[in-house]
Amino acid sequence: MRERLSGNEAAAIAMKQINPDVVAAFPITPSTEIPQYFSTFVSNGTVDTEFVAVESEHSAMSACIGAQAAGGRAMTATSANGLSLMWEMIYIASSLRLPIVMSLVNRAVSGPLNIHNDHSDAMGVRDAGWIMTFSENNQEAYDNLIMAHRIAEHKDVLLPLMICQDGFITSHSIENIELIEDEKVKEFVGKYQPEHYLLNAKEPIAIGPLDLQGYLFEHKTQQAIAMRNAKEVILDVAKDFEKMTGRKYGFFEEYKMEDAEVVVVCMNSTAGTAKYTADRLREQGIKAGVLKVRVFRPFPAEEIAKALSKAKAIAVLDKADSLNAAGGALFEDVTSGMFVNKVQVPTINYVYGIGGRDTTSNEIESVYQDLMEIVKTGEIGNPYRYLGVRGCLKNGL
Amino acid sequence: MHDLIEIRWHGRGGQGAKTASLLLADAAFNTGKYIQGFPEYGPERMGAPITAYNRISSNPITIHSNIYEPDYVVVVDDTLLESVDVTAGLKDSGAIIINTTKDNNYLKQVLSNYSGNIYKIDARKVSMETLGKYFPNTPMLAAVVKVSEIMSEQEFLDDMVGSFKHKFAKKPEVIEGNMKALEMALKSVEKV
Repeated sequence: MRERLSGNEAAAIAMKQINPDVVAAFPITPSTEIPQYFSTFVSNGTVDTEFVAVESEHSAMSACIGAQAAGGRAMTATSANGLSLMWEMIYIASSLRLPIVMSLVNRAVSGPLNIHNDHSDAMGVRDAGWIMTFSENNQEAYDNLIMAHRIAEHKDVLLPLMICQDGFITSHSIENIELIEDEKVKEFVGKYQPEHYLLNAKEPIAIGPLDLQGYLFEHKTQQAIAMRNAKEVILDVAKDFEKMTGRKYGFFEEYKMEDAEVVVVCMNSTAGTAKYTADRLREQGIKAGVLKVRVFRPFPAEEIAKALSKAKAIAVLDKADSLNAAGGALFEDVTSGMFVNKVQVPTINYVYGIGGRDTTSNEIESVYQDLMEIVKTGEIGNPYRYLGVRGCLKNGL
Repeated sequence: MHDLIEIRWHGRGGQGAKTASLLLADAAFNTGKYIQGFPEYGPERMGAPITAYNRISSNPITIHSNIYEPDYVVVVDDTLLESVDVTAGLKDSGAIIINTTKDNNYLKQVLSNYSGNIYKIDARKVSMETLGKYFPNTPMLAAVVKVSEIMSEQEFLDDMVGSFKHKFAKKPEVIEGNMKALEMALKSVEKV
């Protein structure tokens, strides 16, 4: 079904089609519209979801945990400081193995106060045990949501999952989208049938009691195994999704990578701008490619390393600064994956787009130019660079 | 991507420039195009300068950044002409369309750095005569369609009837006035 929707509308419509048992959310820009639109579906009776209008994001995640532990399917949406306030419960959701699904509309975490897009909120929870997928546009935010429950609820996984999209850039931009019929979504997502849950009178259980030296380590390794298992499940679900829609998804998208010499690695909406830039450069005979990371947790280290092995120079773009004097989170994951898998290609990092700083095609082109210089001279120079910033850090840290 | 048309809207908070950009995206979508419609969000206050954008193409649009070299610029409030660099990056092959009652000499002088086409329309007059209130966005929407020729006038009017029926489902009495505003605006655009 051909439509035009903003990223937030797309996420709300996916939630409507999924019709979860419980949605608990507290409004925060730029994700506010998701629970706002969804609450109208609740009041119109389009869905039979229990909508919990909580008084904070800590309570939103707590309510989702309670609902999911009880045996229901729970969803929420938030951004930036909302996610920060959920912090304690984010870890509890994943360690209790509750497959809650969240839309995270990425925004800079304060302070100072900024409502615009970067990935500092998502990067803050990258080690919290949630599956994390990123979305280039409204279509992917929608498709990733439709696939989410099948992945999160799989018996070999049982982990919460968050779907990221860029605040304002895609959340508030109207673009074309292909929607799937309600009935097909319902059939694809399926019914939630947890094996163990609190409201099962035949099997009284406790969830989340004390877990000391005797067992916590083993329980944590089970989480790690579940995250590893998620890789296969993510690909299996993507195959079924492709059968339904014709839209193909993997851990990452390789754009013009077959013969690419200079490659930009990035996530979310910037990947679209990078594709546009690569097209422009290809017209000039420059072999530019883009590797767009879709699945960030579990991190497909080996697969990415392999995909990058034929490049001559690589730039990893991070939309959050790790402030560690070494490099951004995506850069560190990509380069450690390359090192372990014995892929030796000159690779540099750019921190970009912080606090909603617009990233233009010309700026991405300057990254490709820098990479071509590295190919020509063999000199990496400063690997920790900044894109689009004023002042002394222009030339890198 | 070679048929990509990029449009930048300048207005003041409360005048409906954002809504106009979304309506234009809608109209182009309905003629089968790929579209983007998005405002640049800043501090949102009544009267503060705001910018909104459209991309329209026959092919999928992947670029996600603001528009720096538009084909067309629409100025909903002429007091912005002296406070905002409205023609920044505007292609000479394109045009600027201004809601104004100022004379041509003033417009040519204030836009002397721009060598492309300048169009003007008195959106207040159109709005007051057809709607009885000042809603500049509806006439400006018609003006940009007229100048940019992104669709035929008839296609545009046919589509807008449907859009208004949907948008004003709860107050159908305003549909006729809005359609009249579009029709009058299409005839009121003049080249400076």
